[in-house]
Amino acid sequence: MESMSFVRFLAVSRKEFIQILRDARSLFIVVIMPVTLMLLFGYGVSLDLKGLPIYVYDRDASQQSQDLLKHFQASEYFNVVRVVNNYLALTRALDDGSARMGIVVPWDFSQRLHDGRPAQVQALVDGTDDNTANVLIGYAQAVVQGYSSDIQLDWLRSRGQLAQTAPVRVETRTWYNEDLESSAFIVPGVLALVMSVIGAFLTSLTIAREWERGTMEQLISTPVTLAEIMLGKLVPYFAIGMFDVILCAIIAIYWFYVPFRGSFVTLLVSSAMFMVVVLSLGFFISVIAKSQFAASQIALLVTFLPAFLLSGFLFAIEQMPVALQWITRILPARYYVSVLKKIFLKGTPTAMLYADLVPLAVFAVVLGMLATGAFHKRLT
Amino acid sequence: MPEGYNSVVIENLVKQFGDFVAVDHINLEIRKGEVFGFLGPNGAGKSTTIRMLCGLLTPTSGRARVAGYDVGDEPESVRQNIGYMSQRFSLYNDLKVIENIRLFAGLYSVPSGKLEERIKWTLEMANLRGQENLITGTLPGGWKQRLALGCAVLHKPPVIFLDEPTSGVDPISRRQFWDLIHHMADEGVTVFVTTHYMEEAEYCNRLALIFRGKIVALGTPSELKQKSMTGELLLVECEPLANAVEVLQSAPEVMDAAVFGNALHLVVHDAATAIPHVRRYLSEHNITVGGIEKIHPSLEDVFVSLTSAHDLEKGWKA
Repeated sequence: MESMSFVRFLAVSRKEFIQILRDARSLFIVVIMPVTLMLLFGYGVSLDLKGLPIYVYDRDASQQSQDLLKHFQASEYFNVVRVVNNYLALTRALDDGSARMGIVVPWDFSQRLHDGRPAQVQALVDGTDDNTANVLIGYAQAVVQGYSSDIQLDWLRSRGQLAQTAPVRVETRTWYNEDLESSAFIVPGVLALVMSVIGAFLTSLTIAREWERGTMEQLISTPVTLAEIMLGKLVPYFAIGMFDVILCAIIAIYWFYVPFRGSFVTLLVSSAMFMVVVLSLGFFISVIAKSQFAASQIALLVTFLPAFLLSGFLFAIEQMPVALQWITRILPARYYVSVLKKIFLKGTPTAMLYADLVPLAVFAVVLGMLATGAFHKRLT
Repeated sequence: MPEGYNSVVIENLVKQFGDFVAVDHINLEIRKGEVFGFLGPNGAGKSTTIRMLCGLLTPTSGRARVAGYDVGDEPESVRQNIGYMSQRFSLYNDLKVIENIRLFAGLYSVPSGKLEERIKWTLEMANLRGQENLITGTLPGGWKQRLALGCAVLHKPPVIFLDEPTSGVDPISRRQFWDLIHHMADEGVTVFVTTHYMEEAEYCNRLALIFRGKIVALGTPSELKQKSMTGELLLVECEPLANAVEVLQSAPEVMDAAVFGNALHLVVHDAATAIPHVRRYLSEHNITVGGIEKIHPSLEDVFVSLTSAHDLEKGWKA
């Protein structure tokens, strides 16, 4: 059995550190990329729908119709960008996307209300994005609902009756993400994305680069052992990955005001486990690929994309087709994202995270062994 | 270590890649302090042999001992006792000169007490004092080569393997490089060097000619020139050369004809009897003849003669 030499390990890892810090591209990935991803997902990707542009065609032009439209304007979900006076202008606005919804108040709106008959309001919705359309319809119904219960109340009061506001009402209280900010839901998961890039993408290049440039041949002609090369190469990336975890956590907490309720130690431990997973994966890819380009493509395909699409980072796993839900079970990122959300938002005690931490640990051990086994110190 | 022991002993070494036999039953013994040249065309098996001796490739069969250790059984001990310079420049171009040196000092576990002394020695040997902080990739070819040699020998290995160390280096740097090699050999270091430059082969104490995986000749440069040629060598100045080669190759007195520069080299059994015949053949074919003289063979002649003889024997004539 080869014995580890600390001196040789140190020589390799110092060299690797220098190379990372001297290469503008890797430095960019280490420092700029995590910050950019955080800002991009914190600001850019918002699953909240607010201030959606709507057009209004008020054919009644009465006190009542104006009241209804004020209710729309008052809602933070809508922004009445224009009042038009013909149908064509409305449909055109939907066609060219300047409005997501058009509200048409019929000419007999106030008359019907006056007569005590039910009145209707038409909503034309852009259904290209079904999710947004559904949400829009829901918001519109809520606004109209609110308006009509106001009318009922007025009507009852005018007859001298004291009525309760509405017979049954749902009193909601949101836990964990009290303000229902989607940034609070998304931002913690960005850590998984950042670590996938650092761990798998950067690492996948390190061994492949040495083969491509011929430096591996020189390296393995020295007494350095496989374990020393591997550890020497991975430790710098591990350190950088942990640095980025802390950097991202600071941005999440102090910039995006994402609540952090769990244990910081658990965050570091689970991040370290996930780091071992992605580093092993990246190293394994690098060993088998032997070309930097192939390695980076494979790394992107097996780590970044699943972390992005299937980890529950953006899209809830419970909403996926059953087959996809099963696939997510073999993705380490799924467990890490789950831990992140629980630590940040719920403050789940570490003892209750075993359902996520145990699979993560298993992945770390299995992939670590896989990477070690694939690396040979011989040319073929 | 006993004086005069063999630094490298190779017995029936074979390396096969699929059906292709890259190294075919090689036997060699290389003495301590010897500068041993391994000469052959590209693809002859030079690099494959050197890689097996450095423990980078596993031999298909046969054995080799380097500095007293078996390359198959004790590759780690072999690696601690050799220095290796691969064919491609393979230090880290993005590291500074000093960072490359410190890296290899670490990889060879140079003790910290001796570290500064070895770094200083390496910089001096490579003539790179004052250039420590230059980025390696920006150095001229000859400097890089010296740095690579310095990094390969800074742990004072008893045996060094140099795989075409001077390819792509200007002639003056090449000369300086060979001075370094001889200097180390004088201190008892065994140097195993491959090359395809014939003039470099002359700098070696002993040479092995390798062709198609087999050693076709072995000896000192002068031994090779005297013994390995069957027949005598003629230098023929004539015009046009291409026609002359064609005419003379079919002549019964001529064993081989090849263009060397702007003249022909002919291998004949006996120079004195062949010269009049050659003159006659050429004039019969309207080829203008300048001079014909008997010359001493160069290593290149020996090499051409041996390799064509080898191919003839195998029915490989191109």
